[in-house]
Amino acid sequence: MSTAHRSAGYAFGFLDDRAKKELRRAMLKAVSIPGYQVPYASREMPIARGFGTGGLQLTLALIGPADTLKVIDQGADDSVNAVNLRQFIELTCPGTRTTKRTAAATLIQTRHRIPEHPLRADQILVLQVPYPDPLVVVEPSEERRKTMHGEADYARLWVKLYEDMVHFDEITFSHRYPTRIAGHYVIDPSPIPRWDVPKLHRAECLYLFGAGREKKIYAVPPHTDAEPLTFDDVPFRVEDFTDPATGRRRACSRCGATDSFLDEFVDDLGRKTHQCSDTDHCLARLDARATAVAAAFAA
Amino acid sequence: MGYVAIKGGEAAIREAARLMEFLRAQGGGAPLQVDAIRDQLHLLTSRVVSEGGLYDPDLAALALKQAAGDTLEAAFYLRAFRSTRARLAVTAAHDGAGMRLIRRISSAFKEIPGSQMLGPTPDYLQRLFRFDQLTEGGDAFRDLARNWLRDLPGPDLPDTFPKVIDALRAEGLLPPPDEDPPPAFDITRDPLVFPVSRSAALATLSRAETGSILAIAYSNMRGYGDIHPTVAELRVGYVPLMLPHPLTGEPIEAGEVLVTECEVVAMYAPSEEAGAKPVFSLGYGACFGHNEVKAISMAILDRSLQKGMALAPGTRPGNPSEDPEFVLLHTDGVDSMGFCTHYKMPHYVTFQSDMDRLRATQAKHGRQPATGDRA
Repeated sequence: MSTAHRSAGYAFGFLDDRAKKELRRAMLKAVSIPGYQVPYASREMPIARGFGTGGLQLTLALIGPADTLKVIDQGADDSVNAVNLRQFIELTCPGTRTTKRTAAATLIQTRHRIPEHPLRADQILVLQVPYPDPLVVVEPSEERRKTMHGEADYARLWVKLYEDMVHFDEITFSHRYPTRIAGHYVIDPSPIPRWDVPKLHRAECLYLFGAGREKKIYAVPPHTDAEPLTFDDVPFRVEDFTDPATGRRRACSRCGATDSFLDEFVDDLGRKTHQCSDTDHCLARLDARATAVAAAFAA
Repeated sequence: MGYVAIKGGEAAIREAARLMEFLRAQGGGAPLQVDAIRDQLHLLTSRVVSEGGLYDPDLAALALKQAAGDTLEAAFYLRAFRSTRARLAVTAAHDGAGMRLIRRISSAFKEIPGSQMLGPTPDYLQRLFRFDQLTEGGDAFRDLARNWLRDLPGPDLPDTFPKVIDALRAEGLLPPPDEDPPPAFDITRDPLVFPVSRSAALATLSRAETGSILAIAYSNMRGYGDIHPTVAELRVGYVPLMLPHPLTGEPIEAGEVLVTECEVVAMYAPSEEAGAKPVFSLGYGACFGHNEVKAISMAILDRSLQKGMALAPGTRPGNPSEDPEFVLLHTDGVDSMGFCTHYKMPHYVTFQSDMDRLRATQAKHGRQPATGDRA
């Protein structure tokens, strides 16, 4: 086979320019109508659907040579999918910098977590989304859901929450907690834990959500209301890390934090330990402690 | 973080790629040449160009080589490559009558205008092993093509063949074609927003994964539907690729594309349109490459989806094969394979969250302590 026309390198950001233009226009629309799912003609990426292709397309359409990028998966920079996405972006966006430090990043792509440290106005968080529509749990048809969103008809979602209380005396949404944006559209905030949902409310930064397979983009702009659906007498509750044996809040076994979402591990001896899910948060605390110790010795 | 198995991924990813290369090479045989895949596994290549939505048999063969023969992965390579290329031109709709045929059959009529041509098909082969192919030699292999070309009669085929459905239309058994069809829907540039046009449905089915649409079409054939199709015409051949000349704008032939095209006629039904004269109706299927199962499945689904699309708003389709969202959103191989694969990625955070809910619920029911701590 001839190879003459096969060897050309890829353009900056992999996608052709018209695809990027379409993505940017969809993002502008998403920011203009907070919480509304903007349909777009999601391109296929060399990363499989379900691995963050929606977020990746947003990142590639946003990133410029002056940007510093961080990629997170489950809170960590060094999990295989985060490594793979970061390598792909480094390969196709020469000149951009990458970092593992939340504070140093201008653009952060993430799966399943929002960093513990509040983000600034000059930072954008791009979330990877498997299911963009919170109504999918009560209505399988996209066409019907579209009408329900337009009419802000979330009655069946409320009924689902109520039935949870009847059956279990608890709301069973663990992650992907339905959240109302700017008083109208209810979004699926992606599979972040309930722990992260309050971070969406009146934030300094822009949150962008990209669903590649489902071909939707939506946004929670800065300073926008984001309210998880709850009843007046059933408060919204985040994950509980209280140790029932001691009644105290569990701490990270590395940095000692008692204010972070914890991953649960069982060690080789069958004992349960906990560590910060947000690895940068954990390392920043350890670094600060090391600096303080060094300063104490120097004094 | 030593005990977090999936992290520290950089070295692991590199070694996984090396292992894949090792598996390919461990037998020590000759490396597969891309033109050998393209020519000798032409049906496999056909499937990949069609599901990849990019007519480039050379790249499809390379994709098959890189994907170690996995059709879903190979189609995925073509799709990803497509994302780097701008859409430069749009061709006019092509009338299949001008196809340079290699095969043409009708199961509706014994004799059709222009006559039937069996062409290359395994349909009537006995699927018995030919053990001599275990040790096929190069000379004998080359003779296969040489001898066939030597025995070839002179070219006496006409340039065009009339379509079987035109005869049915002339008799009033099929409705006339749409006088003023709407412009084609480009699924690579516009998302599907339901309800979608028939054009959007056809384009989606044409790129769909063969096995996926076969399964849903088969459900219709078996009774979860009532299309009762007859293959009016099935064609395989090359259609000329006509592009506007960059200076004059006149259409010029820039190449040709191997296509499989199928028209099925469906049994007439009593009351899809009240008061109308009963007629047969048509389902249409067409895809890149030579893939007859796909073209027939697509034609059946085109017809069943037309039934679903004609329902009054708010009416639920009677069968999965008549439900546009069900069929069109679940048969793309790149989407479905990718999402299936993604479940292998870590889900620690969401599972932590799930456990929190279950423990809280269990605590309220007084069955177990709120924690899962082992004693």
